Amino acid sequence: MSKFLTASIGRKFLMSVTGLFLMLFIVVHLTVNLLLIFDDSGDLFNVAANFMATNPAVKIMEPILGLGFMIHIIWSFIISWENYKARPVKYNKQDLSNASSWSSRNMLILGALVLVFLIIHIYDFYWKIKITGSDLLPNVVINGEEMHNTYLLVSTHFKESLVFSLLYVLGGVLLGLHVVHGFWSSFQTLGINNKIWMSRLQWVARVYAILVAVGFSVIPLYFVIKF
Amino acid sequence: MADKILKKLYIKVWRQNNAQDKGRFETYEIENVSTGSSFLEMMDLLNNNLIEKGIDPIAFDHDCREGICGICSMFINGRPHGPDTAVTTCQLHMRKFNDGDTITVEPWRAAAFPVIKDLIVNRSAFDTILQAGGFISVNTGGVPDGNAIPISRDDAEEAMDAAACIGCGACVAACKNSSAMLFVAAKVSHLAKLPQGRIEAKARARNMVAKMDELGFGGCTNTGACEAECPKSISISHIARLNREYLVAKFAE
Ligand code: HEM
Ligand code: SF4
Ligand code: FES
Repeated sequence: MSKFLTASIGRKFLMSVTGLFLMLFIVVHLTVNLLLIFDDSGDLFNVAANFMATNPAVKIMEPILGLGFMIHIIWSFIISWENYKARPVKYNKQDLSNASSWSSRNMLILGALVLVFLIIHIYDFYWKIKITGSDLLPNVVINGEEMHNTYLLVSTHFKESLVFSLLYVLGGVLLGLHVVHGFWSSFQTLGINNKIWMSRLQWVARVYAILVAVGFSVIPLYFVIKF
Repeated sequence: MADKILKKLYIKVWRQNNAQDKGRFETYEIENVSTGSSFLEMMDLLNNNLIEKGIDPIAFDHDCREGICGICSMFINGRPHGPDTAVTTCQLHMRKFNDGDTITVEPWRAAAFPVIKDLIVNRSAFDTILQAGGFISVNTGGVPDGNAIPISRDDAEEAMDAAACIGCGACVAACKNSSAMLFVAAKVSHLAKLPQGRIEAKARARNMVAKMDELGFGGCTNTGACEAECPKSISISHIARLNREYLVAKFAE
């Protein structure tokens, strides 16, 4: 296993494994978040959010998720830099528009924008819920159990600011563009692909990307339109 | 299709005296080019004109002129081998251009392919990768009967598809990362699908990838530009196979 993690395919292997893990996390995250729009009393979402905050299995996964993000982000800059160096003299004229997809050529930019969004997002919610607290976070009692009224914090944010809501729509779209290439690419990287599965995986990638982009976008839009 | 005459073209071409020279673009005019001529024939005409004017002709690689040797590397109007699919530069026809066009011609650009002169680059990095594992070891002696080793038709076809690679380097030239993965994948794949190639498969994948990295090629990010620009339309599914072969070989280490 010598030098595996610094070899080109080894580096990509790390990107792929962490990418797959992050995509799985996104499915869970989106599912929980969608509860925001299926129960206007907020109980459904609050119970789910409370479960995610207190369940020991989820608690174990939290640092692993953080690590996954760190590795994915750090390695993304490493591979992008190495790949940039592989062409010291650039072309005067280069046209890749017919040869490759826009997303595939802009993974670092898309990822970096997702990262900017991620930082804002963590500050907005995670930070307030876990660390600083907020006036919008009174405790509620649901089915005899006391918990944060996370629903109030999230829904108020979206209802009060259109800019804030649109930022979240943008975040969803950017992530969708990142994974429309990332999804099938991660299987290709692991060697789980062939001529038959190529178009199937690319098709599933599109479905996944649309679900992510639309799923995350409808939540803020719901609060903007309904309230 | 009757050939037409392109009355005037402007060829903006990279001129570089040697590897140390910084290089520059020069634009030359050329008149009366038949749309039926190949891009290389147009370059020949241009060079004739340049020689008559006492200008050093443009150095470019060419050999078979029938799309099989892979030497004719030119990056034309932003694409390796120019504006056509599944062709080499020698098979590119001037009918792909319009009268009055300015055509930009550059050498392959990659750290691993240094410019020797003008449009000629040094592609010996590919040979070095092949020497690292793109072969099977055989003992001398009688030639075994080919039919004594059964190979399924599908495997034979797949191996042949990969073996169609002519080592032109268009994949590296097209790739935004200057990655040689399609070339290496083609070479690994064509042996991986045959029983004779299985014997050294693990060492081959490990060594060829290590050599590719060492020589300064970039990594693959699966953009697919290589397949789109490959004159032999080698599929990136071979890259999936290379990844598989490599990962298995590495985890078995
Ligand atoms: C939840 C967030 C994210 C998810 C679900 C995700 C998912 C993925 C996936 C699946 C891949 C494909 C891996 C492969 O081709 O083998 C990938 C690649 C990549 N990601 Fe992310 N990613 C996320 C966030 C980020 C962030 C924050 C960055 C940071 C700057 C980033 C930068 C990259 C880069 C540069 C690549 C490699 C591009 C390529 O190989 O084509 N990603 N990502
Ligand atoms: S894979 Fe295609 S583009 Fe790359 S060297 Fe072989 S023939 Fe040329
Ligand atoms: S000159 Fe041989 S492929 Fe073009």
